[in-house]
Amino acid sequence: MTRSAYLGWFVAASIALILVCAVAVTIGPAAVSLAQVAGSIGAHLGLAAPPVPVLVDSIVWQLRLPRVLTAALVGAGLALSGAVMQSVTRNPLADPYLLGLSSGASVGAVCVVILGIGFALPAAAFLGALLALVATLSIARVGGTITPVRAVLAGLAIAQLAGALTSFIIFWAAKGDSYREILNWLLGSVAGATWESVAIAGTAVLVVGTGILLSATRLDAFAFGDTSAASLGINVNRTRWALLGSVALLTGAMVAVSGSIGFVGLILPHLVRGVSGPGHRRLLPLVAVCGGLFLVIADTLARTVFDPRELPVGIITAFIGVPVFILLIKRKKSHLWA
Amino acid sequence: MGVDLDQLSFSIDGTRILRNVSASLPTGSVTGLLGPNGAGKSTLLRLIAGIDKADAGTAALDGVSVGSLNRRDAARRIALLEQNAAPSVELTVLEVVLLGRIPHRTRLMGSFSGDEDRAVALDALEAVGALALADRSWHTLSGGQQQRVQIARAMAQQPSLLLLDEPTNHLDVSAQLSLLGQVRELGVTSIMALHDLNLAAAYCDHILLLDGGLLVASGTPAEVLTPEIIGAVYGVDCFILEHPRGGHPVIVYSAAVSA
Repeated sequence: MTRSAYLGWFVAASIALILVCAVAVTIGPAAVSLAQVAGSIGAHLGLAAPPVPVLVDSIVWQLRLPRVLTAALVGAGLALSGAVMQSVTRNPLADPYLLGLSSGASVGAVCVVILGIGFALPAAAFLGALLALVATLSIARVGGTITPVRAVLAGLAIAQLAGALTSFIIFWAAKGDSYREILNWLLGSVAGATWESVAIAGTAVLVVGTGILLSATRLDAFAFGDTSAASLGINVNRTRWALLGSVALLTGAMVAVSGSIGFVGLILPHLVRGVSGPGHRRLLPLVAVCGGLFLVIADTLARTVFDPRELPVGIITAFIGVPVFILLIKRKKSHLWA
Repeated sequence: MGVDLDQLSFSIDGTRILRNVSASLPTGSVTGLLGPNGAGKSTLLRLIAGIDKADAGTAALDGVSVGSLNRRDAARRIALLEQNAAPSVELTVLEVVLLGRIPHRTRLMGSFSGDEDRAVALDALEAVGALALADRSWHTLSGGQQQRVQIARAMAQQPSLLLLDEPTNHLDVSAQLSLLGQVRELGVTSIMALHDLNLAAAYCDHILLLDGGLLVASGTPAEVLTPEIIGAVYGVDCFILEHPRGGHPVIVYSAAVSA
């Protein structure tokens, strides 16, 4: 694809993201117009804007906007993490949760929700994710180096252990409403998003995402494996540590605000690669925008399809993600799954 | 100038892989690295490329010790083609060759003046006679075509030394001959690990013969590939003929006789 065709895609996806976010804010039990959305945002940003009823303003500014923005940021973060994970481990099935991150975060979450440990839920989830990462990498590290296969296997072990711990705590101690609350969290949801969630997810996507974008060329070099990357001038060990650490921080922050939403990080990189090609300088920016777009749409469906009941968005992403995944597997021209 | 190996030694977990390997190879020469499986050929290539660090001794290219260069500077001078590499994503031929430009990109995002990189990559493809393949998907190429493209990728690094680890592996006879002919035509100083002694005799100026981590013979193909040396290293019986056209040695093996 030519550079201008790529830029066309990127600009179109970015505009779509902004439009979809704006429309998503208007959707919900109380009708809000696009003009009211613009008015409310304008007023809060200190711009001259037509006045908006107080009730509408609080629906837009306190409820829907933080939720839509959180969905967009989490979608972007997960898609970026998945793309990097697939390249660093050279595994097309890799997703952001590969190193046991989401399972570790779940342990942190059940400790707060079910055992009532006095800790903020996002902080506990983030801590759990980091602990899982440290455990996984210490197991995978042999003689100072980490091979992709060992990282995957160690992640699997930690994920199983953390999963057992989570189940044990739920089975042993959960009562009443905490069941529903923890299930909601485990399946992934941005229902409780606040401006604090936006700040956490936004900082992570901005800071870590920038670092990852700057590593795009180094990621390209891994296409033919470690030796080839080294012969292209990459310090393989240092780069892999840095990238795994970055992805872990980013994913940890995403999980902290939204639980473990599946399939975004697995599917989006494959879909976007079909458009951008495998080069990371093109893949990464586009996958971030498309990940955000996808999750905003999925979350809007999650809160409207069975109105007034809400589904955890993780259920929607799985219902959309699995058929797409099956199509990718069945695609004849693909040689990756041979 | 050229390549100077001085007393190179390397071990893994206390096991000696290479011991005191010394050799001097002039600029522009093509050297065949021979030896039985496990003799240390791949390891020696990795040491010369600077990917692994020698325990003792130095490898120098044009008077500069490879060990003193950082990875990026080493990659601007030395290209290494490993055995049987396959990409983990779907890449076109041109994208594969463009990977060779990575060591030349500026830091951070890499230069966005991609046109120059593209021109170098297309030149490299033309040099190996694979320009027509530029837009093909890597996975649809034959083994011989893939190796050609890999060599183009290495040439896109614009190296002064090309290292190839068994480049003719899994190729049919015609692909083997044309590939090695291509390497000679590039005119770059090259060292290639080979299993086929006859290919080495036909295409190399110089032979390094490794056995058990030691350099047991070094010289022209005629000097190294003698029945005595081949018998001692490989444990096979053979005759040496003179090639009717090139005059280089041709090795004819005697069938192994079970005792």
